[in-house]
Amino acid sequence: MAETTTFTNATQILEPFRGVKKVTIEEYFTSGHRTCQGCESALVMKLMVKAAGPRTIVLGSTGCMYVANTTYYTTPWVVPWMHTQLGSSGSAALGTAAGLKALMRKGKMKAEPINVIAFCGDGGGADMGIGAISATLTHKEYNSLILLYDNESYANTDIQISGMTPFGAHTTFSPPGRAKRIMHTRWKKNMAGMMAAGHPECRYVATVCASYAVEMMNRVRRALTIGGPTFIHSLDPCPKGWDYDPMLSHELGELAIETGLFPLYEVEDGQVRYYGKTKAIVEGRARKPVREYLLKQGRFAHFTEEDLAYFQRKVDAMWQTWEIPAVVPFKRLDATKSALGAT
Amino acid sequence: MTTGALRPAADVRVMDGNKAAAWAVLLCRPDLLASYPISPQTPLLEQLYKFRAEGRLDAETVEVEGENSALSAAVGAVTAGGRAFTATSSMGLMFMYDAYLYASGQRVPVVMSVATREQCAPHTVSSGQQDIMMVKEGGWVQLVAESCQEILDSILVAYRLAEDPNVQLPVNVCYDGYYLSHLSEPVGVPTQEAVDRFLAAVGVGKRPVLSTEAPLSFGAFVLGELYAEYRYKHCQAMQRALDLAESLDGEFQAAFGRAWGGSIEAYRTEDAEVLLVGTGSACGTLKVAIDHLRQEGVRAGLARIRMFRPFPRRRLAELMRGRRAVGVLDRSVCFGWNSGHLYVDVRATAADLEARMPLVNFIGGLAGADIRREMLEDAVRTTVARGRGEPGPEVVWLGLE
Repeated sequence: MAETTTFTNATQILEPFRGVKKVTIEEYFTSGHRTCQGCESALVMKLMVKAAGPRTIVLGSTGCMYVANTTYYTTPWVVPWMHTQLGSSGSAALGTAAGLKALMRKGKMKAEPINVIAFCGDGGGADMGIGAISATLTHKEYNSLILLYDNESYANTDIQISGMTPFGAHTTFSPPGRAKRIMHTRWKKNMAGMMAAGHPECRYVATVCASYAVEMMNRVRRALTIGGPTFIHSLDPCPKGWDYDPMLSHELGELAIETGLFPLYEVEDGQVRYYGKTKAIVEGRARKPVREYLLKQGRFAHFTEEDLAYFQRKVDAMWQTWEIPAVVPFKRLDATKSALGAT
Repeated sequence: MTTGALRPAADVRVMDGNKAAAWAVLLCRPDLLASYPISPQTPLLEQLYKFRAEGRLDAETVEVEGENSALSAAVGAVTAGGRAFTATSSMGLMFMYDAYLYASGQRVPVVMSVATREQCAPHTVSSGQQDIMMVKEGGWVQLVAESCQEILDSILVAYRLAEDPNVQLPVNVCYDGYYLSHLSEPVGVPTQEAVDRFLAAVGVGKRPVLSTEAPLSFGAFVLGELYAEYRYKHCQAMQRALDLAESLDGEFQAAFGRAWGGSIEAYRTEDAEVLLVGTGSACGTLKVAIDHLRQEGVRAGLARIRMFRPFPRRRLAELMRGRRAVGVLDRSVCFGWNSGHLYVDVRATAADLEARMPLVNFIGGLAGADIRREMLEDAVRTTVARGRGEPGPEVVWLGLE
């Protein structure tokens, strides 16, 4: 067989669910886990694999969605599942997808599209495993989806700062004290934007929030249908780490979007498409003040008006100064704009 | 009585150890090659890429961003049901330790060669055996070769060991960096048909894999008694690997016309008054030293450890029994015992014997320093002298003291 420079990988064609009533009833992440009440990440697992369907292999790197989900004898996973180390979601996905491809090509197993999804937390994905994820996103010959469930701390080890912990949040590595109120002064990483901007072979990157379940599942289905290496960043409210009543998980997810702090968008073949309430913001709807989101969470209870104002300014800048609002933080110089004939 | 001698009929080519390893991997028909460069193993991977470009190697080749990912990718492919290979050295092996322990604890039958090298710091890229010693308790099977032919043959054996349903463990094939990785020797390359026959006992369909037809969860979170059962079964599998290594030696000889001695090659031990113990390429020089001294009437023999993990304790004890003294050659340092690593194991083995005997450790060849024949002849003479009751330090640093 002659090789060409064009690689095509057959994928499962997963049409979007047209509304909640069209969502399939089968569950592939079921009873057996022991996550916290109000855990949105557990919901993300359930929706992720519900969207993917039964012809799916899931790989889980170390984190709460491993430790709390997969105790011996009580696995909730109906699909084949494998643990991988904290920093290895990307490489495990790569190796599994490549292994399947070789086995199918050699006739050692039935040739059919099998989804390979690797999930990682923000610690495993945005910190330790970012190199492996980045490498995997360059390997266009293999279909794999990396889903980062971001609960904004090392939640499994009792809430320490990760690269995704928001400015000022109270964690066990940033306890507000009398001498220093704001122990965590760094703005969190922009993972989806970074993955989309820096990986020319990655055809699809999306942000999702389980508060919008059907939208979220449809992004998973889109990623798997497009194929190659793809990346989804999910923002998951965490009652334990964020310190709020578990009944508020859904509402906090909504507020993260409505305040503009966490934009919902997808980047497909370089095209940025906002969706959901983020699209409404882009089209002119006013963003809710971030204080509505922050003050519902104990991790920001020590914030002063000054802190709230700083936080608001940072979010405003995402929308007002970024070249692609809330997605890519670059700003063109006026001189460049005129040179390029941009308006 | 040279073991492993070539049959004239074999397809003999001159190649270095890395290339011999690459030929072996090609013959084992892997499904995935996971690659990250580090000296001195890199020419092995380079050769496999040439094989792929020429259409000889039918495997997916994935280049990753670090050794931890190389092994993690291999683990993924093996758990999906495939056969995978990767190679590393020194700091690369340390960088994948996380995945290394995962692979053995999860009983993932991956094969990885290690072109052995010193560990920093101080930094060096030179030969040594410190890297494999740093991971010796990682739960892998470790085979150590003395020659380029043995590298090729050991990789064939490694897949039989790793994928045997009664073993199912990852296997390292270790060979001295530069001394073997970059040294050219005549190497007999078996036919593909012969290798296929040898490996027919293992392969696809012989173990549980990630399958949507029969879904399983791999790597569950385990507590308490169940954990002990995991460890117990892992230890049992290691011992079965030891037994299998002995029996495979005969099967290998029947298939390829070469025998290596199983877990230990016993060299001129029948009438030996003193026994030397070593592993790796320096044993070649040691054999020459022994041959030379035997002309002067010194009755010395060598136990060359071919399977370092699991440690061939019973066979070594039998080879040590009744000797006047035992000398151990190490190319690594065990900081905690102020000796070499192999020496610690030999001392522990000596406790299995009824009678005590003098033991002496020789440390040399660190960071590629020469181990010359005369140095080893001195080592043998020192061992003989200890057998006569002459005093001296327990650990002798060759070329230093």
